[in-house]
Amino acid sequence: MLRFLLEKEFKQIFRNPFLLKLLVIMPLMVIVVFPYVTNQEVRNVKLSIVDNDHSPASNRLIQKAASSSCFQLTDVSSTYDEALRNLELGESDIILEIPRNFEWDLKRNEKAKVMISANSVNGTQGGLGSQYLSFIVTDYGNEFREQENPVNLSAADIPIFQTDMIYRFNPSLDYKVFMIPGLIVVLVTLLCCALTALNIVGEKESGTIEQINVTPVPKSLFIIAKLMPNWIIGFLALAFGMIFAWLIHGLVPEGNLFTVFVFSALYILAMSGMGMVISNYSNTMQQAMFIMFFFLIIMMLTCGLFTPLNSMPEWMQIITKVNPVLYFVEVIRLIYLKGSTLNELVPNLLWLCGFTIVFNVWAVISYKKSA
Amino acid sequence: MAAVSVENLCKSYGKVQAVNKLSFAVEEGELYGIIGPDGAGKTTLFRILATLMLPDGGTARVAGYDVVNDYRTIRNLIGYMPGRFSLYQDLTVEENLNFFATVFSTTVDENYSLIEDIYKQIEPFKKRLAGKLSGGMKQKLALSCALIHKPEVLFLDEPTTGVDPVSRKEFWNMLLKLKRQGITIMVSTPYMDEATLCDRIALIQNGEFLEVDTPRHIIDRYPDVLWSVKSDKMHRLLDDLRSYPHVKSSFSFGETFHVTFYGQGSPGELEAYLSDRGHQSVEIRKIAPSVEDCFMLLGRKGKNGK
Repeated sequence: MLRFLLEKEFKQIFRNPFLLKLLVIMPLMVIVVFPYVTNQEVRNVKLSIVDNDHSPASNRLIQKAASSSCFQLTDVSSTYDEALRNLELGESDIILEIPRNFEWDLKRNEKAKVMISANSVNGTQGGLGSQYLSFIVTDYGNEFREQENPVNLSAADIPIFQTDMIYRFNPSLDYKVFMIPGLIVVLVTLLCCALTALNIVGEKESGTIEQINVTPVPKSLFIIAKLMPNWIIGFLALAFGMIFAWLIHGLVPEGNLFTVFVFSALYILAMSGMGMVISNYSNTMQQAMFIMFFFLIIMMLTCGLFTPLNSMPEWMQIITKVNPVLYFVEVIRLIYLKGSTLNELVPNLLWLCGFTIVFNVWAVISYKKSA
Repeated sequence: MAAVSVENLCKSYGKVQAVNKLSFAVEEGELYGIIGPDGAGKTTLFRILATLMLPDGGTARVAGYDVVNDYRTIRNLIGYMPGRFSLYQDLTVEENLNFFATVFSTTVDENYSLIEDIYKQIEPFKKRLAGKLSGGMKQKLALSCALIHKPEVLFLDEPTTGVDPVSRKEFWNMLLKLKRQGITIMVSTPYMDEATLCDRIALIQNGEFLEVDTPRHIIDRYPDVLWSVKSDKMHRLLDDLRSYPHVKSSFSFGETFHVTFYGQGSPGELEAYLSDRGHQSVEIRKIAPSVEDCFMLLGRKGKNGK
């Protein structure tokens, strides 16, 4: 009997041109376009300079700042007030004010001060921009001193800090490399949860579920017939996502493909289960959509994909423990970037198993109650 | 053994009593009509009997099995056709029929003789998606699908609502044929003219049966002489009729009013009364009551009784 139910499901899927388009377009959007959009690297910050010193030293600093790929020199003002006005008009994002006697102070080995003011309406840009700029200034200061009085320079006089950072697993700190594994997860989550929820509510809305309910088809069989096609669709989405990530961004998992599949198989089941639970508690597609969006948005924002978990308040960190997306994002990132093996990911495996069981048992129980 | 037997069946939605202590029995091979207005509780009753809904109280047995405990057995023995078209609109006519045959573990060929008459009419469109059929054809397909596993009892919930008069007539002819093959049919309808085609009818209102009998007996039991009244000022006529002291009841009935009198009233006096009030070409004829007249009378009694 399962064969006939599946046959029916697949016929319906293939007759739904929208669904097939969605299956290609969504991975394309999420994996090809999104990494550029969600990029949080700070580039092309518009820099405004107020040079009160007009010395060779200040000139060199300006050149150094302007030649950085982070900044784009858009404005040179004669006073700070003027620069601030330009910043308010949006012509610049960050102001570097060089005080009078800048060169003099530097040469005399006294503290030379510059002022950095950043527009922090866009917090990330303001914060990172001023950080980059102060790096440049510090760097410049060290260079300057080395050149001017190399003899004078000794470890005792001026402590020079040199920090060398090595970014493990993502050496160039490429934002895309960090985001794409997470976006693959977003893709699978959206498709599996939405398709399952809408599929069953669709049968409710059109009344066909009534007709099925008066047949001897057992409920568990009906649910399995709904799950299996979605499981395959989930895998297709995953495959498309991974292929696009490889073709466009050249990103392949560091770890084992098999590990990716094991976790995906579980995760897709868990998400389909969640979709089914949602469908059992809603009577119309509209209700299902809104319930789903509510939970998916919360889950997406608290899964550590867009913002680090550690910066969330403690109570929220506890709540995120029951977010299935979190575990899968972690797994896919670890496999993609670090090449973790199945053995290292056992805790996540157990969590995902737990979610799969809870959601699907809940789905079967609530389906029985609702019918 | 009765095909359907119901005792003290109750079901309420919040404060609304949809089915109120119903008790009745449908004999095997009977064509049993449930007649009543929208919201009378017909669909609720059907859903309980089709094992889609649990009753709040009372018992119901279909083909000898309890609707609560033996629902799995019942599902193999009944055909249910809900009021709303609920087959897969994105499958073709043929696919729908095959699908429902297979979920009942049978084939279309096995019971083809049963549906042949009906299916023949939609067979030319068998490659068409069910959603693209006309209303009448949808009903025929739904009936075919409900019959494909050769059910013992057929539940049809308002099968002719929203179907044109010709298709309605055809549909009822099919039901009469099915009845001859020994299938018990329980059908609900808001159309009183269809009631006369049933073996027995139950008039339902507010979840209660007003009367259960053959249509003939129900009509014969109509206590009064019924007159139809017509004049050139129809919109004023009802008020004037009701103001006439000897009129017992008057209802709008298509193009005329159906009127009964108390003992003292007579058509001659009424005609004179209406002429006084400016009505011309008054026409008063004695007519035979229909099921609808009986329903109006019983329905009014039901309300007055409360």
